[in-house]
Amino acid sequence: MSERVVELEVLRYNPETDEAPHFQRYSVPCREEWVVLDALNHVKEALDPTLSYRWSCHMAVCGSCGMMINGEPKLACKSFLRDYRGVIRVEPLAHFPIERDLVTVIDDFVAKLARVKPYLIPKEVKPLEAGEYRQTPAELQRYKQFTLCINCMLCYAACPEYGLIPKFIGPAAISLAHRYNQDSRDGGRGERQEEIASAEGVWECSFTGACSEVCPEHVDPAAALQQVKIKSTIDWYLEHTMPWLNK
Amino acid sequence: MAKSNKPVVWGLFAAGGTVAAFITPALVVLALLAATGQIPPLLSYDRLHAFAAHWTGKAVLFGIVFLSLWHAAHRLRVTLHDFGARCDTAIAVAVYLLATAGSIACIVILFRI
Amino acid sequence: MAEQVTTRRPYVREVPKTHWFLRQPRYLRYMAREVTCVFIGAYAVFMLVAIARLAEGREAYDEFLRELASPAGIAFQLVILVFALYHTISWFNVTPKAMPVQLGESFVPGWIIVAAHYAGWIAVSIIILALAGAF
Repeated sequence: MSERVVELEVLRYNPETDEAPHFQRYSVPCREEWVVLDALNHVKEALDPTLSYRWSCHMAVCGSCGMMINGEPKLACKSFLRDYRGVIRVEPLAHFPIERDLVTVIDDFVAKLARVKPYLIPKEVKPLEAGEYRQTPAELQRYKQFTLCINCMLCYAACPEYGLIPKFIGPAAISLAHRYNQDSRDGGRGERQEEIASAEGVWECSFTGACSEVCPEHVDPAAALQQVKIKSTIDWYLEHTMPWLNK
Repeated sequence: MAKSNKPVVWGLFAAGGTVAAFITPALVVLALLAATGQIPPLLSYDRLHAFAAHWTGKAVLFGIVFLSLWHAAHRLRVTLHDFGARCDTAIAVAVYLLATAGSIACIVILFRI
Repeated sequence: MAEQVTTRRPYVREVPKTHWFLRQPRYLRYMAREVTCVFIGAYAVFMLVAIARLAEGREAYDEFLRELASPAGIAFQLVILVFALYHTISWFNVTPKAMPVQLGESFVPGWIIVAAHYAGWIAVSIIILALAGAF
């Protein structure tokens, strides 16, 4: 197994001692097959134990290790060193306040997730004895793609509108709402629309498409948001021209 | 959280964008042909006047102008915000007023033919 | 009970609101796409002027055609054509996202939806040119 020395330029910030973030350079002996997360782990274990960052599964399913690598939102566990030349710049995920080093404050995202009611609100509440809510494979395909979200927030880091308008509910939260709206077992679309169809919801989206480009799970949030826009527009006209149809 | 009324302008933006995508390039080609001496018969005064005199011609011309104006207006509002302008309400009023003025002007002019 | 003193001091990185789009090529492509609206709007105004001249009478309309044939007039059309084509291409390329077509358990591949739009565009363009007597 071959080795190479990788230069990492990491944004550090200690809220107790620093006025502002600053870069720190590390020379890290790495194996060729490593990812950026391996390099960070080596820094923490052998070079600088004060470095703080989130990570967990190391296999792109937990969504913890999102950060900016050479200015691009990426999962550190999915960023292979062999794809990079020269100094690798590592910064905390964009558009979120920095808590410490590479750890961001994600409260805003978590609150928005809760606002969209990301859980099944059954059309008809069935008692246990009535059995399962049944669903055909075709009905599953209607929303399956949008279930793949691992809440890594790379889409929020990529979305320019979220960066400019922090109150925008954002790609992942709206895609998750769409996932439940598209679920044949669900009847909660009306409730979710109160949040999603608001000015802070889907209407802040300008279809930049950056969210889908950076999504590591191919959820395609941009597609979800455009579909929500079309459905919301149809809704608006139905509500305003035929209000008696109201559910 | 109140539901937004943006669907109205967004719907016009989407319809206008679709019409412009399908039609505008061909219209420009027609204009270029006219500009370089090979005036397409429909663009001669007599034929075009006859086209615009008929209600279907009026409807087609109004449709293209109206949708193009509202597509441009809404997208311009968003783009100005992307360029850093923060007075969204003022900009929205301005662009939609312009689109309205253009739409009304189109109707007035068409009814003179 | 001892008072809770927080040592948290989250740092907010400001986004430059007038030149954020210079930071990445994908943002520049997005702004280029958005800016096409100015030219679509300009062409709507051009059409308004054409219809107005048509309404004024034969002399006014013929004068309009002469202005169209001037170097400035031709340059205007060429600039519009470039941005109109970029609008068409960028618009068609994203339609599969906005209107997915599900057949049974699978979706129609995106490229088919895009290709159908381009085919429709060519057909519509030919019809417009033919109806105008361009050939």
